[in-house]
Amino acid sequence: MHYFREHKWIQFAALLAVFYALVMAIDPATGGNLWRLQETPFWLLPDLINDGLRFVIDDFWVVDVYDAELDLTEESTLMKEFTRTLSGAVLFSINLIRELLLGGVKTVVAFTSWDFISANEWARIPALPWPAVAAGAFLTGHYLGGRNLALLAGASTIYIALFGQWTPAMQTLSFVLVTVPLSLFLGLALGTIAYKNKTFEAILAPLLNVAQSMPHFSYLIPVVVFFGIGDHAGAISTVIFATPPMIRLTILGLKKVSPEVLEAGMMSGCNARQLMFKVLIPSARHDILIGVNQVIMQCLAMAVIASFIGARGLGYELLVALNSLQIGRALELGVSIVLIAVVLDRLSLAWAHKQTDYLADRPFHVRHRHSLCFLGILIGTSVAAYLASMVFPDKANYLYFIHESQGLSTESFWDRIVDWLVTHTYDSVQSFNFFMTTSVLMPMKAAFLAMPVAATLFLVAGTGYIVGGLRSALIVTAFIAFIALTPWWDRALITAYMTSFAVIIAVTIGCSVGILCSRSPRATKVILLVCDTLQTFPSFVYLIPVIMLFGVSDLSVLIAVIVYATIPATRYTVEGLSNVPQTLQEAGSMSGVNLLQRLLKIELPLAFPHIMLGINQTVIFSLFMIIIGAFIGTDDLGQLIMQSLSQANGMGQGIVLGLCVAFIGLAVDHLIHTWAEKRKEALGIN
Amino acid sequence: MSTSTRPVIKCESVYKIFGDNAAKILEKSGGKVETAALLDAGCVIGVNNASFEVHKGEILVVMGLSGSGKSTLLRCISRLIDTTAGAIFIDGEDLLAMNDRELIDIRRNKMGMVFQNFALLPHKTVLENIALPLQVKGMSTRDSMDRAIDMVSLVELTGRENDFPRQLSGGQQQRVGIARSLAVEPDIWFLDEPFSALDPLIRREMQDEFLRLQSVLGKTILFVTHDFDEALRLADRIAIMKDGVIEQIDTPANIVFSPATEYVARFTREVPRERVLSCQTIMGKYDASAEMSNITVSADAIIETVAEPVLTEPKPVAVTDAEGRILGVLDSRIMIDALFSETQSVAVTN
Repeated sequence: MHYFREHKWIQFAALLAVFYALVMAIDPATGGNLWRLQETPFWLLPDLINDGLRFVIDDFWVVDVYDAELDLTEESTLMKEFTRTLSGAVLFSINLIRELLLGGVKTVVAFTSWDFISANEWARIPALPWPAVAAGAFLTGHYLGGRNLALLAGASTIYIALFGQWTPAMQTLSFVLVTVPLSLFLGLALGTIAYKNKTFEAILAPLLNVAQSMPHFSYLIPVVVFFGIGDHAGAISTVIFATPPMIRLTILGLKKVSPEVLEAGMMSGCNARQLMFKVLIPSARHDILIGVNQVIMQCLAMAVIASFIGARGLGYELLVALNSLQIGRALELGVSIVLIAVVLDRLSLAWAHKQTDYLADRPFHVRHRHSLCFLGILIGTSVAAYLASMVFPDKANYLYFIHESQGLSTESFWDRIVDWLVTHTYDSVQSFNFFMTTSVLMPMKAAFLAMPVAATLFLVAGTGYIVGGLRSALIVTAFIAFIALTPWWDRALITAYMTSFAVIIAVTIGCSVGILCSRSPRATKVILLVCDTLQTFPSFVYLIPVIMLFGVSDLSVLIAVIVYATIPATRYTVEGLSNVPQTLQEAGSMSGVNLLQRLLKIELPLAFPHIMLGINQTVIFSLFMIIIGAFIGTDDLGQLIMQSLSQANGMGQGIVLGLCVAFIGLAVDHLIHTWAEKRKEALGIN
Repeated sequence: MSTSTRPVIKCESVYKIFGDNAAKILEKSGGKVETAALLDAGCVIGVNNASFEVHKGEILVVMGLSGSGKSTLLRCISRLIDTTAGAIFIDGEDLLAMNDRELIDIRRNKMGMVFQNFALLPHKTVLENIALPLQVKGMSTRDSMDRAIDMVSLVELTGRENDFPRQLSGGQQQRVGIARSLAVEPDIWFLDEPFSALDPLIRREMQDEFLRLQSVLGKTILFVTHDFDEALRLADRIAIMKDGVIEQIDTPANIVFSPATEYVARFTREVPRERVLSCQTIMGKYDASAEMSNITVSADAIIETVAEPVLTEPKPVAVTDAEGRILGVLDSRIMIDALFSETQSVAVTN
């Protein structure tokens, strides 16, 4: 008995045995509520949510609104007016940047009227010639980060222009240039408020937890109901999605600032504002910059997904290309998205590390050489482009933008590769696909679907109890019981099976690669750089090469998920192993351990809590990607979420489904975090 | 110390009590601090009834081991934490009654503070760190940079202006911390274990640097340390704290020569007395009839510096004040008694 109490793995084995017995004992035909929960009033939850939100939109707080154009006073509600104003403001910002880049009249219309535009030919914002934008990118890169960054930024812009993706790319850029600053601002603001106000933080924390584990698609559904369809709706859902990690990292960073630095700021005579902006936020910049990186990444990932609800740009083109299986084109678009992500990320990093030299005494034209240079190029190219339009009024003007049909393209090359792959590897891919599906995936799926509700809840509660005691048991059981109460238990089991499969493979690969790479400092550096770069890729992009190689199937979704989810597993393993204190390594070496013993007895146990956090990330990444995979066809929760997006009353259903996915993630998150915390405590690491 | 001038820092029965119930219990007892009741309620007493004054140009060193409340006391006086009870006056003004604006104002103009772990802003260069207190005051970039450059040369860091803190050694970082705290030319200088994080040799060098700066600047200083030797080297007066209570507050010589409590005595026992005591503290009565040596020693001189001539002189040596009046005598007998006897037979004169 004592032995049983002391050893968790025996308890866990006993738990599994009981679970298995329960699975065997409960018969699907006669199990009733033990097998699957029957319909309860809880199934009305989606409808309740629908009615509630409808009420808020249509009937709550009716106000009279005067319409100047029609000279009428209309009835409206507070919520409608609020969403209308917000939509208008967001749309105006996007259009303003978009038209500065591409030219147009909507911004002018916002201040005048369409009649004014028809009457005045000149009243439009001219497009920036793309060479001017490329020069701008090059010079910004040079100003902030020197030659390498300049080349990266300039070359990326030129690639986009020459490959005929100027218009969608600038649409995406304008979208991102609105959503990124907005998310950063909101994240910083809410984060600093939470840092100062404990009550606010306590309220915010659970909301952030749920928000960060809701799949991307779930954000789209309520946004469509409240804000309609279009760029503004896409932007708003993107901001909602990208802000939580920024808030979280802001709080984390601020809390890590040493109390002495805070005191030094106070003793320097800072007032509250100066203390926040001159001392606290800059001192927390390490974590806040990770937040910036996350926001840029999430905004571009959402820029693709938001095209489902009408955001224009590269994402929309990518969806169209993927839908019509134009793999070459999808690949080129994917590269553009990745380039924008990488360039923005590097520019923001360089900006944060930019340093002023106060000692140098330089004349005006040297200090402002970047702006002056840009101004020169801008005027030069504008004049050239304008003259070109005058001289060749009927021809396409390549200086403004290069149309898709005229741009360079490697499309046919890629398409030929795909053709070649399909014809030459068809048999082997198919047989691999067949083997995996029939021998691994189908049996695993069947096994998951054979799990009765009662047995599953018992397993979850038991695991919770072993890991974190009664409190954990209650928390995780509540999460899973919520899913059991909905009509979508089977769907959730399919999601769970796909996640389990992907996580097992991703963790195996990630940890092995991580362990191998951590053996040499050089490999560590390289692999961290690779992870950094891959992490900047929007999640959707991972689907492209997989579809290219494996076609459309469950397996290709899983492969994309595995590739995507291996990144955090690798990264955290490498970080965890390289953070093992040098003294302990030396102590081990002096005790005469060999390399393998050192790895198994010293490094892995110490790095274990950190690796667990990586596995946690892997689970969340997998869940997100599996739901996105619904786009190429799966039959889990994701498919239903996609469907509710196009249903008239899909909002309630979409939200509840999103919560189901979030709760799977939160249950795992809770278990792993509790476990990691306990291990850390036992090892005496903070 | 002349008592006619107003003290720069004055503490009256300062208490700092940590604990959730502290405020409630104090309210119940009508603001009177009853330590027994507080301890029963699970409160921790950080500073217990501290009363003292620091005069213009004086270095008061607060010495205590970790957990003795010395840093808490310093933070009460700089108002980084709120004082539970008592009164603190800075130049006669009630510090605890100040509102936020007045507090910021006094910190911007009158106070400077140096921290144990330097507390430099990692994202700012040496120059920017030093200029921070000036810039938050609203000084223009050009003026604040000029002033910061002066400060850099004051702490002898010229050439490192554009380095980041992470590129400097510990001693150099603390020089930046010192420069920052002095940039606004404060009257009052707080130092919170400024040299504790440094290597012994660098610590010694920084102590010399500190004394050099003080001889030029003449600030009013509250210096916190856990190092008794450091306290002896730097202090005009030392306050020794234990468990929040100031056990003794006096000149280094008096502390070494007549420790008030057993706890203080434990620190002083190992101290070489000849390094601390002045001639005045151990001299014997002057007997006009005795035949005197023709050398004299100054009353303020530390014994170590005069030991050799006095011990080799067969006749008693006169101890004189600044005007040359004879205050007392020293001979080898008196010196050996004072330095080597365990029993403290010599009266302390001031």
